[in-house]
Amino acid sequence: MIPRPKPERFRLRRTMMFMNAQKPGLIKDAYIYGCDSIMLDLEDAVAENQKDAARFSLYHALKTIDYGDTEVIVRINGLDTPHWQEDIRVCVAGGADGIRIAKCESAQDVRTVEAAVERAEEEFGVEKGRTLLMAALESPKGILNAYEICSASDRLFGVAISGGDFRKCMQTKFQSDGVDMLAARGQMLLAARAAGVQCFDTVFTDLDDAAGFEAEVRQNKAMGFDGKSLINPKQIRLVHQIFAPTEKEVLQAEKIVRAYREQSAAGVGVFTVDGKMIDIAFIPGAERTLKLAKACGMYEGDL
Amino acid sequence: MEILQAAMAGTLESSDAQVTVEPGDGSVELTLSSSVMNQYGRQIKATVLETLERLNVSSAKVTVVDKGALDCTLKARVECAVFRSCGASAENIPWGGAIR
Repeated sequence: MIPRPKPERFRLRRTMMFMNAQKPGLIKDAYIYGCDSIMLDLEDAVAENQKDAARFSLYHALKTIDYGDTEVIVRINGLDTPHWQEDIRVCVAGGADGIRIAKCESAQDVRTVEAAVERAEEEFGVEKGRTLLMAALESPKGILNAYEICSASDRLFGVAISGGDFRKCMQTKFQSDGVDMLAARGQMLLAARAAGVQCFDTVFTDLDDAAGFEAEVRQNKAMGFDGKSLINPKQIRLVHQIFAPTEKEVLQAEKIVRAYREQSAAGVGVFTVDGKMIDIAFIPGAERTLKLAKACGMYEGDL
Repeated sequence: MEILQAAMAGTLESSDAQVTVEPGDGSVELTLSSSVMNQYGRQIKATVLETLERLNVSSAKVTVVDKGALDCTLKARVECAVFRSCGASAENIPWGGAIR
């Protein structure tokens, strides 16, 4: 029996890799790839007549396999299926770090899941509030309700857009410049930032199109996403590289934070670093850069 | 649990096991084949029998075709097959009780 530490609501989540919970060959060693989170899937990857088997398999994987620092999230079946309640029971009983709500369209959906999670925590003697939630927005309605979803629960750490279903609803297809989902990504990011939760982009499904994948990850970073959903371990390294700050950014951030501390101690609010104006507005960004650099093993300083 | 009808769980993929349970005639009759029989045959057998005992199955014909499954997978497949045979695999599973 592997006791997992209490999940952290806000932690580094650059990469979240999907794995079929029904395939023992996949889930037994998912932690070796080094992604930040794994997403054990009870939903689309599992055939309708294997939903029961996937839960038994998931339960024992959660209880037996030491995933170490890798966060373990489970994608449960939609609220319009007969499966989601038992999915929640097994996630909570097995001690999953979090649950991903598929096809989330409203704050009420989040609250419905939250209530079931709370009942399960009581049933299985799990600390109340331990199990985190995230919501997948897969429809125009989900995107339009993004803000109410993002602020629906203290357990909710973030939202992710799910491209396949969303493009289907919008009657569009994947475009290499991302214009097909530009508005949706933007709206979801705004909502997530306004509510103070994390935001994750969809999967990139063409494993042979390396250039297309890189372009999409760069755009994700530029737009302000916290991370990306992945379908294959070979996608992990590039996302970690692109989401890592550059050495120049780290040095700059360190300088800014140090200068800010000195200057504010001396009673100065605005000053310049390397010819650029700096005031308090720059500090959270610089601190975030240093935190990320630490997580990526690029910074070992004392800030 | 009483095995009411034949049921199966698992696949023949690598790292998996396919478990079939059928109504028995008063005892547990286990037929095991495994790709790692020489190294792990005894342990696999023990895991399957322990799991059946925990589920209170005392009469069944059980066939396991193992493809190098870990213990946790073997348990999951045996449990699923037994619950399926009773038509009870879809909900209200005793997680952490008989399933552990």
